[in-house]
Amino acid sequence: MRYSGLKVITEGLFGNKGWKPAWRDPAPKPEYDAIIVGGGGHGLATAYYLAKDHGLTNIAVLEKGYLGSGNIGRNTTIVRANYFLQGNSEFYSHSLKLWEGLEAELNYNVMHSQRGLINLFHSDGQRDAFVRRGNAMINQSDDAVLLDREGVRKLLPYLDFDNTRFPIYGGLLHPRGGTARHDAVAWGYARGADTRGVDLIQNCEVTGIDIENGQVTGVQTSRGAIRAKKVGMIVAGRSGQVAAMAGMRLPVESHVLQAFVTEGLKPVIDHVISFGMGHFYISQSDKGGLVFGGDLDFYASYASRGNLPMVEHVMEAGMTLMPMIGRAKVLRSWGGIMDMTPDGSPIIDKTHINGLYIDCGWNYGGFKAVPASGWCMAHLMATDKSHQFARRFRLDRFATGHVMDEEGTGSQHNLH
Amino acid sequence: MRIPCPHCGQRDRREFYYSGADDLLHRPATDDPAAWDNYLHLRDNPAGDTRDLWYHEPCGTWIVVSRNTVTHAVDGAQAVTDVAQGVRT
Repeated sequence: MRYSGLKVITEGLFGNKGWKPAWRDPAPKPEYDAIIVGGGGHGLATAYYLAKDHGLTNIAVLEKGYLGSGNIGRNTTIVRANYFLQGNSEFYSHSLKLWEGLEAELNYNVMHSQRGLINLFHSDGQRDAFVRRGNAMINQSDDAVLLDREGVRKLLPYLDFDNTRFPIYGGLLHPRGGTARHDAVAWGYARGADTRGVDLIQNCEVTGIDIENGQVTGVQTSRGAIRAKKVGMIVAGRSGQVAAMAGMRLPVESHVLQAFVTEGLKPVIDHVISFGMGHFYISQSDKGGLVFGGDLDFYASYASRGNLPMVEHVMEAGMTLMPMIGRAKVLRSWGGIMDMTPDGSPIIDKTHINGLYIDCGWNYGGFKAVPASGWCMAHLMATDKSHQFARRFRLDRFATGHVMDEEGTGSQHNLH
Repeated sequence: MRIPCPHCGQRDRREFYYSGADDLLHRPATDDPAAWDNYLHLRDNPAGDTRDLWYHEPCGTWIVVSRNTVTHAVDGAQAVTDVAQGVRT
């Protein structure tokens, strides 16, 4: 069913009785050409591009819960392309271009809002680093504008400019950065994949990966064995467990990252703002809630909830930056399981087993990457070759020393 | 979350610095690059019981904490100096 304004009006006139489920609920077939483990944003996007661009429609997405039940529905929805390192730069640039066409592509309102992202800086050294980053973004044909203190004040008059510990020197504005409706991205890709014949199988947990003579032959699941010569593992925080089924040990440690949302308020924050000194970032959702977050809790965790010390730290950072939000009431906080790599960059690569592919290590930047990750992973699974935009996201780069440490924080999983 | 320091007793999590799984206690005996990759980067990353390294800043002790990554329950802790530092060959 194609959605349109006319359809909405017609359905409104006739009691909304004509809407149909956006995707089927098929039983698993005994065999597929390819299987994607994980029905989150990246898995659904991979399935979509496999079907649309590579003609692979006899495929299944296996999801142990419901579609979009993981990090795609738990993140702070920021979409940006402000990376510095070669490899990251072209990948996220491509992702942002896909975002810009996504609603037309999927015939689905993902509420992509390019409201502008501002990274604040607080010292001369930080300004130099941001000038350099802005130049890298412009070289990548993306957009960056350096704002001085008065430039920031014009856009964000409510910040505490007189803070003595972290005086605001200026900010790097990325006008095409913004936010999107996170669930809608998963649903849009799911519907697009389903329409093209992809079986989206929910409540189907993969319990084993079948390998014969170095070639993957299928998976064992809670709904029986399914054969396939190609299997993609796209399970984010659970990558360690799924890869272990294939006898692999990954450069990944899973950590909890918390996020917070306040009660709905009148429009007050027009941009996405990040405050690197306190590690705090904030935007306002279309419902009016202030959505914000900070650092990891810093210890390995699968709990999907965090501890109070980081709650306190995030609130302190928020109050340091913009005291005006002090009266807003926090409605909810939650945690997501982040697949942290030792250099903070992701992995989209083949494994040592033929037909087994992996897409993981998104740290806490996976949401904006969803379109390009799906695009590049689909290319890899269909052609057996890395896409040019993902060629540096190698699984073996830690062993060979080709690391991509965007923040330059060193080889420890929780420091990125 | 509270962590039992062997010297100081139950202390608030904020007094501790986290350094990852206790793999770092098993330094490779060889200069084989694969062994070093395994030691530095690769992790079992268990969902459940784990042993990891924490540093108690007030008393300056590195400890190995036995805890659960799903429930955040902490079972106990030992000073690293009391843990046999196995060498992987």
